[in-house]
Amino acid sequence: MSDRKDIELIAELVPRGSRVLDLGCGNGELLALLRRERDCRGYGIEIADANVLACHERGVNVIQLNLEEGLALFEDDSFDVVLQLDTLQHLRNTEKMLRETARVGRVGVVSFPNFAHWPNRLHVAAGHMPVTRVLPYQWYDTPNIRVGTYTDFGVLARRGGLRILDSFGIQDGRIVRSWPNLLASVAVFKFERAAAP
Amino acid sequence: MSSLGDVQPQSMRFAEPLPLTSGASLRDYTLVYETYGRLDATRSNAVLVCHALNASHHVAGTHAGVANSAGWWDNLVGPGKPLDTDRFFVIGVNNPGSCFGSTGPTSANPDAADGRSYGSDFPVVTVEDWVDAQARLMSALGIERLAAVIGGSLGGMQALDWALRYPERLRLCVAVATAPNLSAQNIAFNEVARRAIVTDPEFHGGRYADHGAIPRRGLRVARMLGHITYLSDDAMEAKFGRTLQRAALGYSTQEIEFQIESYLRHQGDKFSEYFDANTYLLITRALDYFDPAIAHGGDLTATFAPARCRFQLVSFTTDWRFAPERSREIVKALVDNALDVSYAEIDAPHGHDAFLLDDARYHGVLRACFANLASELQ
Repeated sequence: MSDRKDIELIAELVPRGSRVLDLGCGNGELLALLRRERDCRGYGIEIADANVLACHERGVNVIQLNLEEGLALFEDDSFDVVLQLDTLQHLRNTEKMLRETARVGRVGVVSFPNFAHWPNRLHVAAGHMPVTRVLPYQWYDTPNIRVGTYTDFGVLARRGGLRILDSFGIQDGRIVRSWPNLLASVAVFKFERAAAP
Repeated sequence: MSSLGDVQPQSMRFAEPLPLTSGASLRDYTLVYETYGRLDATRSNAVLVCHALNASHHVAGTHAGVANSAGWWDNLVGPGKPLDTDRFFVIGVNNPGSCFGSTGPTSANPDAADGRSYGSDFPVVTVEDWVDAQARLMSALGIERLAAVIGGSLGGMQALDWALRYPERLRLCVAVATAPNLSAQNIAFNEVARRAIVTDPEFHGGRYADHGAIPRRGLRVARMLGHITYLSDDAMEAKFGRTLQRAALGYSTQEIEFQIESYLRHQGDKFSEYFDANTYLLITRALDYFDPAIAHGGDLTATFAPARCRFQLVSFTTDWRFAPERSREIVKALVDNALDVSYAEIDAPHGHDAFLLDDARYHGVLRACFANLASELQ
């Protein structure tokens, strides 16, 4: 789950009045914030019963779906912004999900834990998988089945025909623009489909 | 135990004929209904509950002096319940063509000189006709805009139709375990049930009342078949398995051997004692006919373009009669139209019947949904 401050920083990437789709919307906090502060409308997608209920209690639109089944419910370019906060690393088919995100939204925004953050590197150097505040799980029980770094995502995005509009790290509630791959525990990317060559 | 206590059905007579989809009309008809809670000063807190195949206006509470008379959705509707009668004025209406008090096949036919009942002469009614009748009753009760319309299964179809054809007259449409139309398999089940009734020698072409007869066998078989489709394979397995009725097999082709047979026969017997055969034919036909997208070349997105209200959809993973995929079709059409919708897919084991049960996740979602609606109205 993203911190409140992280959510606020990411919300600023969403233009006012946008039609948004939040993939893996959790308890609906971001959607509620976008509606309240930025006049956005849209839907959250969530699979967990407890989160679906929390969204209902918050009064945000939530659609209970398994993201692994894709986004067949949504037409091309039907949203201004498609968000995926702290979700990508839980999905088996990362590449397909990114493609789908770029298909359905004019702009995509993703955030995920950056495994190259320096304390993680120290863990690995000491011979262990990292266990930190952002990555609190042991290797054998982690729901993070796709572990990647800030730099890795850039490579995948280019490979998948995405144009990165903005990217930065977040550490302790602050934006990190210098050496984010080393200095930030959370990676954030804003992208669109690259124009056809 | 019911927390609403005893409730009293009311009725209203309508002299003006109701034009029907078929081109026929229903003249001089009566609707029976019940209400729970109190209509607020601005008449804005009314919630209409639409019933499905075999239910009625008796949604909640009990009937004085009648044992086991709790309404069919009593677990949902009442003081402090998800659809809270301390906040909402809840209305249940018996649809015309039914057999629980509103004008139907068992009512006297005003066109018959000898005061005979309609029987098989009762005109074919559709979901749209029911919704028109309900809308007239709402107007007569002084309710121009409903806070919500809610229904499950066939009742959900009525709730959707409200959103399509009376878009300004509701804030919220709650459609549970429903579909934008019936699949071929669903129509097939209905047809088997109808044939069971129509081919019963006691059916007499639908004029069984004139012969002092009741096509009980047909009704029993129809109900047995229906019951199988309302339950999931797993639920039936868990409840009955291959448990025998007696200590040992009797090696009989006619006697009951397995408990599931006994259960189905019991359900069939009960049903045949209170349900009218012509009504069963009419209501299954209304299910078959419902297909609002047909006027839009099958385009469900275009169909929902006139809708203005918010939507709450719920389906159940083990419901194979009104499967989650069918609810998702509706969700897609709503999203395409940028309408507000929330959709919960409840992983309940009970099949279609789940919509009548009180699964905590299901009722939690509806409780939150109606709580939001109540705070909007304040």
